Amino acid sequence: MSRSGDRPLAENVTDQRRQDKDAAAVPATEAAATAPASAPVERDVIFDVDDINVFYGEHKAIRDVTLDFHVNEITALIGPSGCGKSTFIRCLNRMNDLIPSARVDGKIIYHGEDLYASDIDPVQVRKRIGMVFQKPNPFPKSIYDNIAFGPRVMGTKGDMDEIVEQALRRGALWDEVKDRLKTNAFGMSGGQQQRLCIARALATEPDVLLMDEPCSALDPISTGRIEDLMTELKQNYSIVIVTHNMQQAARVSDMTAFFTVELHDEGKSRTGAIVEYGGTDKIFTNPDDKRTEDYVTGKFG
Amino acid sequence: MTGAQIADRAARQAVIPKATGADRAFAGFFRLLMYGAIGVSLLALLTLLYDVARDGVPSLSWDFLTSFPSRIIPESSGIQSALYGTLFLMVVCATIVVPLGIATAIYLEEYADRTKWWNRLVEVNIQNLAAVPSVVYGILGLAFIVRGPLSLGRTVLAGGITLALLVLPVVIIVAREAIRAVPPSIREGSLALGATQWQTIWKQVLPGSIAGIATGVILALSRAIGETAPLLVIGAAVNPRFNPDGLGSAFTALPIQIFTWTQDPNREFVDLAAATIVVMMVLLLLMNSVAIFLRNRYEQKW
Repeated sequence: MSRSGDRPLAENVTDQRRQDKDAAAVPATEAAATAPASAPVERDVIFDVDDINVFYGEHKAIRDVTLDFHVNEITALIGPSGCGKSTFIRCLNRMNDLIPSARVDGKIIYHGEDLYASDIDPVQVRKRIGMVFQKPNPFPKSIYDNIAFGPRVMGTKGDMDEIVEQALRRGALWDEVKDRLKTNAFGMSGGQQQRLCIARALATEPDVLLMDEPCSALDPISTGRIEDLMTELKQNYSIVIVTHNMQQAARVSDMTAFFTVELHDEGKSRTGAIVEYGGTDKIFTNPDDKRTEDYVTGKFG
Repeated sequence: MTGAQIADRAARQAVIPKATGADRAFAGFFRLLMYGAIGVSLLALLTLLYDVARDGVPSLSWDFLTSFPSRIIPESSGIQSALYGTLFLMVVCATIVVPLGIATAIYLEEYADRTKWWNRLVEVNIQNLAAVPSVVYGILGLAFIVRGPLSLGRTVLAGGITLALLVLPVVIIVAREAIRAVPPSIREGSLALGATQWQTIWKQVLPGSIAGIATGVILALSRAIGETAPLLVIGAAVNPRFNPDGLGSAFTALPIQIFTWTQDPNREFVDLAAATIVVMMVLLLLMNSVAIFLRNRYEQKW
């Protein structure tokens, strides 16, 4: 009797708390919107990017990028085509190393270590920092083997079935595919394939997830599911996302960096540079820079 | 514009002009020309097959396959030593050409920096080598493998190496095509998961291209099987009454046996050559069928 009486009481308390939190949230957002861009001080930093310049041969692709990414936040990189967003995100897990002519100058501090220090092995970097690409790229193998590939190449010991299930659950895919783990991943829909790629990246236990326009090949419903998933994942991961979709950046991200493209030599040469970086609310409602405002309101780009 | 005006205009000038008789005749003529071209090549092939089968099939028998060739008695002559010789040559050739060809293709596709001149030089040379006449490979084999630096003599090993050199460019080119067909996104996906470049090649790129590579290897071997000139130049045995018993043994091969018998003034030996051709054709057909089967069954669609 007393037990059953306690329960509604406890629920009332939680409800009360929730309301308090909601009430507190409103001024907090307003405060964030009006605070200067230099506000992020106390939060833990996952990437401390210091003056990154990327060259393809002689050509400077992006210049002087300096910003901090925070733990358990989603940071969106937006900007017009050719402004170097993708080039930049690929610096964060050293994927640019794969392009023979590419050269990266500057420092990216991750857990106290410079990712571009000469004694850092890019393969080890990529094991810690997962990446999801623009077009879903499942391997031509079973769903199970797609997930297990990462842990296997890392030589992970332990129950592979368990690892696969965990990863698929985190990728919000388990219920849809648990009865057909051994079927080829090419038979899945585009949205499922992309969630498989996310789950696959999570299977290697990274702490950061880089997403390079992960929804650009997907329909709105699949996009919505992936955005929900991202919001869930940020409890445990830090996420960096490149997106062309302004609403998407506004919906999911905590911080937004706006890149632009600078033309040199009468338009023959293009260099990407960062214009403004700050809380997403501020970037979208009250940006400091005229170029940011023009872009987010759709006047340019 | 009123309805009447529109109708009037349509009547004067059709929006979609009707096809004229001349157009149709022209199209029909070209269609006939195409059928004619196919007909001519099919006819040539059928005539050849018929001619060979007419002369050769009567001589075919189990004894023909299992007897040794004779210089004197056509009735008791057979191609056992040639069949074994071809088998030995193919095993040697495949053993050399498969690892070498695939490794070269992997290097050129996955590792070589195309901005470097020496890599481009290798590429251009391989394409040129594929077009070099086979007799030139025979001369190379004679000078460097049978005699000269390697001095292996007129052996199975020397023959196999020569044939391997001959088809190596073809295998490399086909293997490169197959490797290139694996989309870059698969490599990126693998590397982004922390796989090393070698793990990526071994576990993603090669499994994705193996059907194409296998098809290419079989087609290359079926080219090697029919090669006569290089084996003649390096000196295959004539009518040997023994099978090769190892890499250091003398040998003959099906095309050499055919060549030997067609040279014979005795008409009955020429018929044996036709029978050998039938055997070789069946062998080639089988190999090509396996290649087609492999391609259809295992080729990865991206």
